[in-house]
Amino acid sequence: MRALDRKLLRDLRRLWAQCLAIALVLGCGVMVLVLATGVERSLRLTRDAYYDRARFAEVFATATRAPKELLPAIARIPDVALAEARVSMNVVIDLPGMEKPAQARVLSLPAAGAPLLNRPTVRLGRLPDPARADEVAVSENFAEANGLTPGKSFVAILNGQKRELRIAGLVLSPEFVYLIGPGALMPDDRHYGVIWMNEEPAAAVAGLTGAFNDLGLRLARGASEPAVIAALDRLLAPYGGTGAYGRDRQVSDTFLRGELDQLGAMAVILPPIFLIVSAFLVNMVLSRLILLERPVIGLLKAMGFTGREIAAHYLKLSIGMGIGGVLLGWVMGWWLGAQMTQLYTEFYRFPYLIYAPGTASFAISGLMGLGAVILGAFRAVRSSARLRPAVAMLPPTPPLYRRGWIDAAAEGLRLRQTTMMILRSITRWPGRAAVTVLGVAAAIAVLVACFFTFDSIAAVVDEAFTRTNRQQVTLHLARDVPAAVKDAAAHLPGVIRVEGAFGLPVRLTSGWRSALTQVEARDSGDVLVRVLDESGHAAAMPPEGLVLPESLATKLGVAPGDSVTMSLLAPPRESFEVPVSRVMRQSLGEMAYVSAPALFRLMRQAPQVNRLNLLVDTAELPSLYAAAKAAPAVDGVLLWTDIRSQFDATINENLTRTVVVYAILGVLITVGVIYNAARIQLSERSYELASLRVLGFTRVEVGYVLVGELMLLTLFAIPPGFLGGYGFSALISAGFSTDVIRIPLVISRRTYAIAGLIAFVAAFVAALLVRRRLDRVNLATALKQRE
Amino acid sequence: MSNRVAFRVEGLTKTYTTGAISVQALRGIDLQLYEGELVVLLGPSGSGKSTLLNILGALDGPSTGHVFFREHELTGMNDAALTAFRREHVGFVFQFYNLVPSLTARENVALVTEISKRPMQPEEALERVGLGTRLNHFPAELSGGEQQRVAIARAIAKRPEVLLCDEPTGALDSATGVTVLEALYEANRDLGTITALITHNVAIRRMAHRIIRLADGQVVAVEENADRMQPSGIEW
Ligand SMILES: Nc1ncnc2c1ncn2[C@@H]1O[C@H](COP(=O)(O)OP(=O)(O)OP(=O)(O)O)[C@@H](O)[C@H]1O
Ligand SMILES: [Mg+2]
Repeated sequence: MRALDRKLLRDLRRLWAQCLAIALVLGCGVMVLVLATGVERSLRLTRDAYYDRARFAEVFATATRAPKELLPAIARIPDVALAEARVSMNVVIDLPGMEKPAQARVLSLPAAGAPLLNRPTVRLGRLPDPARADEVAVSENFAEANGLTPGKSFVAILNGQKRELRIAGLVLSPEFVYLIGPGALMPDDRHYGVIWMNEEPAAAVAGLTGAFNDLGLRLARGASEPAVIAALDRLLAPYGGTGAYGRDRQVSDTFLRGELDQLGAMAVILPPIFLIVSAFLVNMVLSRLILLERPVIGLLKAMGFTGREIAAHYLKLSIGMGIGGVLLGWVMGWWLGAQMTQLYTEFYRFPYLIYAPGTASFAISGLMGLGAVILGAFRAVRSSARLRPAVAMLPPTPPLYRRGWIDAAAEGLRLRQTTMMILRSITRWPGRAAVTVLGVAAAIAVLVACFFTFDSIAAVVDEAFTRTNRQQVTLHLARDVPAAVKDAAAHLPGVIRVEGAFGLPVRLTSGWRSALTQVEARDSGDVLVRVLDESGHAAAMPPEGLVLPESLATKLGVAPGDSVTMSLLAPPRESFEVPVSRVMRQSLGEMAYVSAPALFRLMRQAPQVNRLNLLVDTAELPSLYAAAKAAPAVDGVLLWTDIRSQFDATINENLTRTVVVYAILGVLITVGVIYNAARIQLSERSYELASLRVLGFTRVEVGYVLVGELMLLTLFAIPPGFLGGYGFSALISAGFSTDVIRIPLVISRRTYAIAGLIAFVAAFVAALLVRRRLDRVNLATALKQRE
Repeated sequence: MSNRVAFRVEGLTKTYTTGAISVQALRGIDLQLYEGELVVLLGPSGSGKSTLLNILGALDGPSTGHVFFREHELTGMNDAALTAFRREHVGFVFQFYNLVPSLTARENVALVTEISKRPMQPEEALERVGLGTRLNHFPAELSGGEQQRVAIARAIAKRPEVLLCDEPTGALDSATGVTVLEALYEANRDLGTITALITHNVAIRRMAHRIIRLADGQVVAVEENADRMQPSGIEW
């Protein structure tokens, strides 16, 4: 090995702690990229493979009652490859020992055997025997949560009749990768499941013998989905079709897509931040290292090494640091990616998992990681190549200090000389101080953005549970009923107040833009479920016109005062021109609202409801549940405290994990920056600091010069760090919002305070770590030579 | 020592400008160095000795004037050619040893032998300066004199035609200084290396073929040394 390369290895070893600090920061950037793209790619590949193998439908439609004879006509729609009809209904399940009734969706299995579309994958047992009317298959998550296994039975209330059903097998379906009940915000495996039942008994119970109410299509390659949907809507309209839709509106797929989008956004937003910071760090370490190496560089030049050879030497040094970081990032990214992908299977149920992070993410992150260090090293290396050889001949000269306004100000304040040393050092090398400040600011920004997610979720929770939904219980009704049912509900056990709600599917159109959504009718006197204005305060329902959430208004390109066409996708299936009266804030979901009298006037109908929101005496809940189970009109009960606690549990668990990871990254950056700054400071000033000790200053006083400067720089980093954190949070809020949930940009003071505090403490610890080395400095040798 | 001219310096000046102040370090030097000779440069501090040596070794360029090495004019060369000149022909020894701290004695020498055309083995060069047994020691494990001898071994290992030494004994005591001077003396005697040696120690002039005295950026005297002495006879 060449002597110069040997020097390289020794330098890397000598600087191991600094190299490690750089490698850690760089590794974080590489890791985030590998992690996010790896998880995203794995989930996407898994999803695509699963959808394909299980023949997940591409177009979905429901009707109230369509004759089976319609099916051939549907299959003849151009570009339809396969059409399959079935019966679907919601039922209540009465499990022993469960107070709150569970809900399930019953789907029929064709008489011929396994379905052609949305094929269930049997996980345990088998599909129901077509000859046995009481056999069913149950979604695996529901069965697992309730201890149901093949061979066991349970009671379901099918259209008011209690029926005992026997479990033949547990299955998963591509339709329910993310299984969430209607109106729920989070999956609740204990209280919501899917049941596959033979067609004959299912149709008999639903009163749909010889008919269907649910349909799936697969299309030919290159088909136009909108054209097929339009044709299908025309065919189904007479039978109560509520508007066919593609996978983009399918609940499970929408959640899954949202997740993949978020992962994709993470891969784009986060890694550059870490890579930029590590580029800064490399720049900082290398340029100071090269400054310390000036005599060696002069010497090499005097010996006849060319500028290019010397530049290559220092470039190799930085690439050495880079390689360490990249390898570290790869290993961490691979491992964490596998863990994360596994974690997703808690919420997204796939029968198998393909973990394939893909070579591209490794290649790209490796190149970006090395690119960052090379870029960081570039300036320093170039100046090393340009250094004049004669500097080797010069004895080390003391740096030139100048007096400036700071000195005048400091003198006025009668600062101590050690404090003056700190101030002079900063003003003498402002560029170097700026790099330290920027590095710490980046760390603070990461920390702010990290804790911002808690603020934002708290805002969503506050909005959803405190401001909007103040009811305790929501009863889902099996069908639309006259609003007078409210009076009957008021007599249910424990009910204090009843408010009715009515929702129906609509298509909103403005110009060429349109959106499928749900419109909700609200009574002006409602106090349980409220509509919020942009600032989050309860707003009165305008007597006329639609209230749209911001996201929907943006999608349609409308503002208050404009009007949209509202086509009802349920009887009476008419279209109306409706003004937009206001735009409101809504983080979860995308519903439109209208005042109930206005809607029913348009529909020329007496007011109806299909949901009841209740304020209840919680002591009486058990009897309320019992009454709800017995009432055929009720096909679902939602308890909002349950929803809330599930939401909290899920979000907290997920978020805490993520936040911990990113908080660690933020701390690593701070430590990396400050540790490096301190080490360099120490080697540059060991002579000066040792002289102070010789003059009789105590360790604490000398340590103050070193630690004080770094802490002062950390304080300087706080304002730009907060600013950066705000920008970073805004990026996250924009990048991570999906159709399902919008991330509001709210940052609490607490978040700023915590982020600043963590960075300050991390910086202090890093500086103290280096200060300890001061104790080990041998005064005699420090005065004789430099490190 | 022969009468053939190796270095020819004509009308050399050097002005350093720092901000508003400019210092004339050299004010018109005319000088010749011969093949195989050992010259000692004497002069008060600030008289321009180091500046002259740096220009001879192509570490720095003059403000005006010409420097010829044999038939080549150094002053007309570009940076790459100057680098090649240093690489092939010149060895340096500095006052502050200037060893690479992370390399052992042998490796510090190897650093140079790896990039030269017909070098000695690093071991041989270290043997010559009496450090054959300290090959694997790091600079921090060597005394000042030993470090300086490693620096000399490093300078002579590539068999340079020119050896330029700036106060090589400046930081050393008399006895240690003598061992360093012996290494230089022998390199000049055995390899015929043209050696220029700056010193503040007038006793050292006694081992030179010629003595050049500088003052205030000018050559004030050039003396031939009739009775040369071995370094072992020198004391201070
Ligand atoms: N890089 C420089 N910038 C400005 N002035 C310089 C520089 N190098 C040398 N000088 C000035 O040039 C003059 C000659 O310096 P030089 O180093 O050649 O002296 P010297 O004879 O070697 O002195 P010493 O015996 O103290 O080493 C001095 O006045 C010095 O201050
Ligand atoms: Mg000098």
